[in-house]
Amino acid sequence: MLANSPRLRLVGRRLVQIIPVIVLATFVVFGLLKLVPGDLAATLAGEYATEERVAQIRAEYGLNDPFLVQYGRWLLNAVQLDLSRSFQSNEPVLDQILHRFPTTMLLVVGALLISLTVGIPLGILAATRAGSRLDMVVTSISSFGVALPNFWLAMILVATLSLSWGWFPATGAVRFASDPQGAIWHAVLPSIALAAGGIAEVVRQLRSALIEILSSQYVRTLYAKGLSPAAILWKHGLKNVAVTLLTVIGLLISRLLGGAVVIEAVFAIPGMGSMVVRAAIVKDFPVVQGVVFTMVILVIAINMVIDLLYTVVDPRVALK
Amino acid sequence: MRRLQDWLGGNAAAVVALLFLVGLFTLALAAPIIAPYPPTAQNLGNMLAEPSWQHWMGTDDLGRDVLSRLIHGAPSTLFASFLAVSVATVIGVPVGLLAGFMGGWVDDIISRVIDTLLSFPGIVLAIGVTGALGIGLTNAMIAVGIVFSPGLARLMRAQTLVVKQELYVDASRCFGASLGRILVKHVAPNAIQPVIVQVTLLLAVALLAEASLSFLGLGVQPPLPSWGGMLARAYNYMEIAPEQMYAPGIAILLTALAFNTLGEALRQALDPTRRRR
Repeated sequence: MLANSPRLRLVGRRLVQIIPVIVLATFVVFGLLKLVPGDLAATLAGEYATEERVAQIRAEYGLNDPFLVQYGRWLLNAVQLDLSRSFQSNEPVLDQILHRFPTTMLLVVGALLISLTVGIPLGILAATRAGSRLDMVVTSISSFGVALPNFWLAMILVATLSLSWGWFPATGAVRFASDPQGAIWHAVLPSIALAAGGIAEVVRQLRSALIEILSSQYVRTLYAKGLSPAAILWKHGLKNVAVTLLTVIGLLISRLLGGAVVIEAVFAIPGMGSMVVRAAIVKDFPVVQGVVFTMVILVIAINMVIDLLYTVVDPRVALK
Repeated sequence: MRRLQDWLGGNAAAVVALLFLVGLFTLALAAPIIAPYPPTAQNLGNMLAEPSWQHWMGTDDLGRDVLSRLIHGAPSTLFASFLAVSVATVIGVPVGLLAGFMGGWVDDIISRVIDTLLSFPGIVLAIGVTGALGIGLTNAMIAVGIVFSPGLARLMRAQTLVVKQELYVDASRCFGASLGRILVKHVAPNAIQPVIVQVTLLLAVALLAEASLSFLGLGVQPPLPSWGGMLARAYNYMEIAPEQMYAPGIAILLTALAFNTLGEALRQALDPTRRRR
């Protein structure tokens, strides 16, 4: 399917288009350092550092060079997968990230699956019965879901399901590679807490997209033709909301990655989120930059895949 | 004004939301008068107390009155939301206006920057910016505002693209109006409506972001009260006093819900396709 030439050309074009985005993104990530007020070297050296120590740090991290030179050096290293070392532990940042990446992704993927499996049926239900009491219930629940602080929901889940009833582990995570079952078991509550906002988002978007399609001209024509409502929904309605659904998935992954940062704090999960929060507090900037960099590259890559999937779902996109 | 009445008359939820927010603002402004105790007054002889006539919502782990801390947390929460959204508006609206109106390479560059910034998971970028600027509520909310600005810029750009085609824009150009005058007097006022809706909805997102950042220890610093910070403390005592987490959580939920309800009502009221004549 993907092998025909317009699609290949599209892949090529997207790859070229993505380069300036990545360069800009890395510029933003590196630019974070420029936001540090005052002398960066003095900040890094700590409160009671000697002049010599500050000078040493300045030389070590090349802080005397012009900004663009520093950025160029950082980018060159990043391209070679060298994200510098943590100020705190002196470990390579990339190693730390790779170690924690699967834990965070398990939560994000889990939350995405929950959001879709709960959100899609609810969205369809609400859209096909728009204006009914059921629709009102679903819409109100999704309004609550959007306004619900996910870390608070996480705390309630821990207090009830873990601490009171002991159904699920309250804190921690297990590495998926060593014990898949235990890893999933530990990820259930965090994923549910993370998914609350996601479900609400899926329901809202799917409902409004489906309502628009079901009230369109061609659906009226299908009714006139004598097609049953079920056939219209399954054969024509859902095919046309696939594009919306893809957009929502792209949006959700970025949002769930962010949400995981807070949820990891509640469950004391050693993922990328708890890593970046700690690093931000102790001013371990290479770690902060490394995590932000990894996440933005991940989101850009996922958005690209979604862009390509548009052409599979909707042939009109490929022809343009 | 007339339209405001029409809209409020037909939307009970919006009225409730508006009343709730007015009440909350009053509470925030009059916090020192209304709150029964100072927010940081400790009473170590009366820790994690159950609700009573002296302490309607009980006391926290340092014996501080939960109700008073909740009331005193309102001003910083509202300030935080409005600060973040103001920063986003001040950056996003002019940039979007410029991109949409100028077109060409200006638009290309700005749009590319917007796309890039939207690729960052918002709260993670906000954490990074807060870490760089220094921890604290004001810096955290400036960071959140910066994170919100590309979304507003994109919306404003899209609106400007539509409005700049209008005849009255051409007309004012024929009369020799300066670029600044055209943008401020003609384009901006006509393109701003969806932005106002979005800004109202963003207040809720900013509120949740503030709560998250304060919960993580990057926002309001103890001993000052904040709803997110109260939840962070409650988290430490979850096993012995789980009831500590209900009041701040409900406060966050209801306020975010009120902003959202108001935003949705505004959207409906301003949506030309739904206006009944």
